[in-house]
Parts: sequence; C-alpha cells; structure tokens
Amino acid sequence: MSTAIQIAYLIASILFITGIKLLSKTKDARRGNMLSAIGMLIAIIATLLTINVLSLVEIAVCMLIGGAIGLFYATKVAMTKIPEMVALFNGFGGLASFAVALSDYFLKSNTSLESLDAVNLTSIILSVLIGGVTFTGSLIAYLKLDGKVSGQPITFSGQHLLNLVLLIAFVATSVLVFLNPGNLVFIGALIGISLLLGVLTVIPIGGADMPVVISLLNSYSGMAACATGFILNNNVLIVAGSLVGASGIILTQIMCKAMNRSLTNVLLGGFGQTVTAAAGDGPAIVVKEIGVEETAMLFDSASSVLVVPGYGMAVAQAQHVIRELMEQCEKRNIDFRFAIHPVAGRMPGHMNVLLAEANISYDKLIEMESINDDFPNTDLVFVVGANDVVNPAARTNPQSPIYGMPILNADKARTVIVSKRSMGKGYAGIENELFGYPNCLMLFGDAKQTITKVVGEMKEMS
Amino acid sequence: MTVSALLILIYVLVLASYLGFELISKVPPTLHTPLMSGSNAISGITIVGALIACNEMGYTSVAKLLGMFALILATINVVGGYAVTDRMLKMFKKK
Repeated sequence: MSTAIQIAYLIASILFITGIKLLSKTKDARRGNMLSAIGMLIAIIATLLTINVLSLVEIAVCMLIGGAIGLFYATKVAMTKIPEMVALFNGFGGLASFAVALSDYFLKSNTSLESLDAVNLTSIILSVLIGGVTFTGSLIAYLKLDGKVSGQPITFSGQHLLNLVLLIAFVATSVLVFLNPGNLVFIGALIGISLLLGVLTVIPIGGADMPVVISLLNSYSGMAACATGFILNNNVLIVAGSLVGASGIILTQIMCKAMNRSLTNVLLGGFGQTVTAAAGDGPAIVVKEIGVEETAMLFDSASSVLVVPGYGMAVAQAQHVIRELMEQCEKRNIDFRFAIHPVAGRMPGHMNVLLAEANISYDKLIEMESINDDFPNTDLVFVVGANDVVNPAARTNPQSPIYGMPILNADKARTVIVSKRSMGKGYAGIENELFGYPNCLMLFGDAKQTITKVVGEMKEMS
Repeated sequence: MTVSALLILIYVLVLASYLGFELISKVPPTLHTPLMSGSNAISGITIVGALIACNEMGYTSVAKLLGMFALILATINVVGGYAVTDRMLKMFKKK
C-alpha cells in the first residue's frame, strides 16, 4: 500500500477522533459529525484510487444503491423509530464485516492456502463470530422493537446450556479450521453457529432492556470492524472500530448502572417474569384521581414544574403538546424543566431527541444526577408515561425487584401528577408505591388528549 | 503476517480504545442517541474493507459477490448514519 493512502487513512482517523471529541459539547456536535463524515469520505476516495479501473462501474452501482437506501431511510425515519434504525444499522455493519471476512477467506483459500496464516485465520474466525452474532442479534432486536416479534422475553428450559454448547462447538470447529484451512464444511459450520448464537442471545431479553442490548450490539459492530482491520492489515479500520467498540461499551455500562443490574443479569434475560408472585402481596394501593380542570389550576398556581418523561410519552406522541404546556407555564413565569432518567425510552438519550424534535431547548433537559436534589423544592412534578423510574420502592423496599436502582425522587416534590392510560403495571410488573402517596394525583387517559385539554383550560384562564 | 506487523496493529487497537473510552465518557447523556447513530456511521468504515475486497476480486465469483454485498451494506451505514445524526443534531437548539 502506498504512503499516500496511509497518510489519507491517518487524516481520516484524526477526523474521526476530533469528530467524537466535538460531541462533548452540544453546540459543537453538528460540526463534529460533519468532520467525521469528511474523514469517511477521505478514506473512501483514497481506497477508490487503488482500485483498478475495470471494476469502478460495479463499485459505483453498489455505492449508489447503498447510498440511496441509507439516505431514504435517514430522511424518512420518525424520531420515535430511531432505536429500530440504529438496531438495523448495527446489523448491517456486522453483516458487512462478516461478508468482508468471508470474501477474504474465499479469495485466499482459492489462490494460496499458505497465505492463510495463524493471525489471518484467527481474525477471520473472530470477524465471522462477532459479525454474525451482531447481524442476527440486531435483526431480532429490530423485530422486537418494531413489534413484529413480541417484546416479551422468549425463554425455554436448557437455553443457557444450549448457548454454552454452541460456544464450545464454535471453539472446537475453529480448531478444525486451523487444522484444515481449505475445508469449506468447517467454515460453513462456523457461519451457522455464529448466526444461531446471535438469535439465541437476544430472544430471552425483554423489550425494556433494549437500551442495553442495542448499546452492546453497537459495540460488537465496532469490534467486528476491528477484526476486519486485522484481516486486511488496515489501521483506519482498527481506529474507527475501536472508537465504536468503546462507545458501545460505555453506553452499555451506563444503562446497566441506571438499572442497578449486571450485564450478565440482563443477558441471561427473563427479567420481570419471576417477580409477579411476590408483587401480589401487600395492601392494594388506593389512588386519588384528578381531572383536567384541577390539573390546569395546579399548573397555574405552581412556581416550579419538573416533567418526568418516559417511553409512554413517545407512544402517545405527547411531546409536542407538552411543549405547548411549557409555553403556557413560561408565560406565567413558572420555572419549567425536564428530569431525564438514563433508561427512559428504548435507547440511551432517546427522550432528549424526542423533546428536541418538539422544539424544546436542550438546556431544559436535565440528567438525573443534576436534578435529583431539586425535587424537594419543586411545587409540581408531572410524570408522563414513566413508571419504574419514579417508584420509591427502589429506595425503600429491599424485597422489590428494582430495589437499589437509582430513581428520580419525584415523590419528594410537593405535588405529583401522574399522566397514565390506566392503572397498568410498569415493565418490571410491580405496583408503584408512589401512586398511593398522599401528595400523588392520577390523571387518567391518553397523555396527548388529556394534556391538550389541560393546555386548553390554561389558555382560557389567561 | 510478521510478528512486528501484528504488534503495530495491536498498538493501534489498544491506544485507540483508550482514547475512545476517554473521549466518549465526556459525551453528555443528552447526545447519547446521536452518539450511537454517529458510531453506526463510523462502523461503516468496513466500506474500506469492502472496497479492498472488491479490488482483489476476479479470482472467484464468490469473493467478488461477497465484496459487493458488503459494499452496499457499508454504504447504507455510512450515508444513513451520518444523515440521520445530522438531522438529529440540527434539532438540538438552545433558546
């Protein structure tokens, strides 16, 4: 490979790193994304220059097809559907690395078997494993998020044993590949096992654990790119792949910490199935209902409001009408902010994107650690479509499955209004003690419809 | 591959991973979704691998088809990932 191309790859790597560095400030983030995209363009053009002229047409056709699909999806996708898109794209990334690894394998096994040395074979095997697991795992995650497959954990007896057996089979087959590098049967078996492992590791994981799964698969797609870099002896693939791998791992850790669960616990799956029996005992919770008019009056008389959004807000598409509520409150000089729990939504940071789309200024979106001390001084907390993240049982009840999970201290505010469709339980399948607290009022009904009515009442008052 | 060539690749892997951990832990939670879609785009760097694989084609049709398939997928990631990240970041405004 010529020096010019190596320099181009170096520039691309610097641009990727600078791009991610600029993401640390919201105002610079867009410029960072641009720089990263320029880095990618430089890497692609530099690589294209090494390609012999004959295949350029085919390459152009492939890139036009891929570019058109990508651009179409990126412009059409609704912000509530971003988790699905990220899941799908993780899968494409994994599949691309998988395909490159196999392509390299077939090329070398057909020409010179001796060029398949130990390093090369190890990289190919790792790339097939990580790429394959990322591909089918992401596909299942996508289907679950999109509701095409039930979001409920799918478990059966002997599941973990089966996964273990498959993993051992993978290692054993890898040894066989080392002994007979040219044998297509063994490579075929590796392909089959890795694709099956991807499916089996994601099916037992429930819908609300998806933030962890997508983050982890994101990390895998980076690691797969890294493994491909080792196959092709290419630094830019390794730099970019490790950045993505690190990003995914950090997000996975943040998500696990915010649920007070270990990664193993999430991956073994089935959360929320075993706790229903324990949740049955204890006195039934008596709640107080509140109507639209009284809600409007409470907002009108408050001087500070904190909104706690959850996935239910996204389902009801209530974010735009919440902005109208915010405008009404700001007209009355009421301090109006949002308290965002790290696992609210179906992927890390999902709530922030939905609220930003509704044209809410990002300095109003406050993360859990910064806002939790403000709850006792807040007049009114408005919980929209969130449940487990405000359940005080996480602090008070050692028997509760969510005990120890960091929560938003909504219960400490003077008044709490919970907008909820019905008295259904949260994802963890447990009662929420907060709903029975003396300072808590329930506003039943579809969030979008009831809040629209509240806004209407407030407009009449002024 | 020689041992020294492998060692250089491992050097790059370790240093880039450490750098990644440092930089990404400073990204505010507000931007975690764009961070993920942006890293989707970056993992499309496999596009470079796919191009190299395509370049070496002509030996077998299987290698060629796999290379082209990977090229389409990686382009979807690159173009789609950067475009949707830009669309999201455009919405983050301070008033």
